Amino acid sequence: MIAGQARILIAMTAGLFVAAAHADGLSENEARQRAEQTFRTAFTRGNQQIAARVMQQDETQALCSKYRNAPPREVAEKIEKSQLAAISYPASGTLLGDWRQGERIAQDGYGLRFTDADAKKPNGGNCYACHQLAPQEISYGTLGPSLYRYGKLRGASEAVQRYTYGKIYDSEAFTACSGMPRLGHNNVLTPEQIRHLVALLLDPESPVNK
Amino acid sequence: MKRSSLPRAERALRLAAAALFCALCACARAQDSDAQTQKEIERYRQLLAEGNPAELAQARGEELWKTKRGPKSASLERCDLGLGPGVVKGAYAALPRYFRDTDRVQDLESRLVTCIVALQGFTPEEAMKNPFSAPGRNSDLEALATYVAGESKGMKLAAPMQHQKEIEAFRIGEQLFYRRAGPHDFSCSTCHGDTGKRIRLQDLPKLTEPKEAQRVFTTWPAYRVSQGSVRTMQHRLYDCYWQMRHPQLDYASDASIALEVFMAKYANGGTIDAPGLKR
Amino acid sequence: MSDPMRIRASMAGDKVEVRVLMAHEMETGQRKDASGKLVPAHFIQNISVTHNGRTVLSAQWGTSISKNPFLHFRFGGGKPGEKIAITWLDNLGDKRTDEAIIAAAS
Repeated sequence: MIAGQARILIAMTAGLFVAAAHADGLSENEARQRAEQTFRTAFTRGNQQIAARVMQQDETQALCSKYRNAPPREVAEKIEKSQLAAISYPASGTLLGDWRQGERIAQDGYGLRFTDADAKKPNGGNCYACHQLAPQEISYGTLGPSLYRYGKLRGASEAVQRYTYGKIYDSEAFTACSGMPRLGHNNVLTPEQIRHLVALLLDPESPVNK
Repeated sequence: MKRSSLPRAERALRLAAAALFCALCACARAQDSDAQTQKEIERYRQLLAEGNPAELAQARGEELWKTKRGPKSASLERCDLGLGPGVVKGAYAALPRYFRDTDRVQDLESRLVTCIVALQGFTPEEAMKNPFSAPGRNSDLEALATYVAGESKGMKLAAPMQHQKEIEAFRIGEQLFYRRAGPHDFSCSTCHGDTGKRIRLQDLPKLTEPKEAQRVFTTWPAYRVSQGSVRTMQHRLYDCYWQMRHPQLDYASDASIALEVFMAKYANGGTIDAPGLKR
Repeated sequence: MSDPMRIRASMAGDKVEVRVLMAHEMETGQRKDASGKLVPAHFIQNISVTHNGRTVLSAQWGTSISKNPFLHFRFGGGKPGEKIAITWLDNLGDKRTDEAIIAAAS
């Protein structure tokens, strides 16, 4: 198809451009290899368990890094498909937990830092770092959209519950290379904790919806 | 209390009018109050800047620079920070840069370590033993960095980007900036890749936007009130990686220098306002 | 031995304007260290500033004054070239005095 050929031609030209721009230096691939080498020797005196978690990127992280979070359509679709397939919903019961616990999880940024020594203490979701939620909390971030009135605007149907749970579990199942951590997929939060966050967002009694 | 003598309907109407008036005032006040809050925060910052405790670290650093120490019983006054041995004024404005004697790109702190080892005879481990102050335990490196940086105050940042290794360091720093990893999938760009965002109430600069990089990169080292100490760019990176659920970043590592070169490219042209004052 | 105070004293109209930065931990006694132990209270309790033998400022501080305190004040009756002395005394009995010469209007 003409459109397809034009696309290939544009890609090739762009590729030449990129190569020419770095004629005096490293190619993208070389730069990435050198960076990986540099990264590997950057944490030698640090916590090696934590180092093991960051040394090897998973496929999604590698792709999003390569495309600087703006992947081409085909790549994005592949990521979204693979992430959607990996969402693990709770074995039984509703997706709606307790919004009071959800608020606590949303406020809490504990977990997985090298100072978080208590392995038994559950991780927090740290939602307020990036989102507005309950209006009473004025100390909220703007890296993500405001979630104030989230449930009021959408209702709490089965479909909305499922989407909401899925989005918290793995944001990239819906938006490839989203900045939001894949809280369930990466085992930051348990399915139980995510249920409580779903309630925080959807329960009509939750301050988010008042 | 005397009851109002007005008929009920009129009382109700007056009450409603008063309520509406209050509501409108509150609305207008809410919009004004955001701008007012910003103004007050700026005024607060100006008042704070007068008594910047970083001056204590500057004085300490200047003394350390001139004191004979170590197995070689030498001061740092012959240290070459890039503008020639002993030249402190303006040196910070020309860092990071390539150094021929070590054949690598170095930032201020790694260069201080180089000098402490070469001139004073300490081992690298001894030199880097206490990079960040803790209560009751001041860091010499922090004080030295604060002193040297302060001697470039008011000058424009002009980190060179000509040498092949400087350009390579930029490209490596660029890759690291976008590298997503760990259980939160964080990269530097997660927080520093967009304009006008904040984490909780802390505004975040877009570090690839020259206007923002120039304003922010040049205020380090800074006294951080929340830390009760001056903190340098090495600490800033270490602290970032802590939040990104990465391990402790090696002090003066090549990775840290590469990231600084990357940031300096966008921050070049900004006026150095170190030591700064931050939360 | 604690770090010296950084004192700036200059004329502002007919008053002397003084700015002093003091190096002090100002521990409240409520903070816990990394192992969970309470860090003992260690804070400045008394400030006195003298000029020509008279006290021009005295203050009683508590635990709400933050680390590395900064004090800014004015007093009358001083002239350029004259000396002022600032003394702090803390709850553990540590004490420090530093002096400065009053500069002309800046």
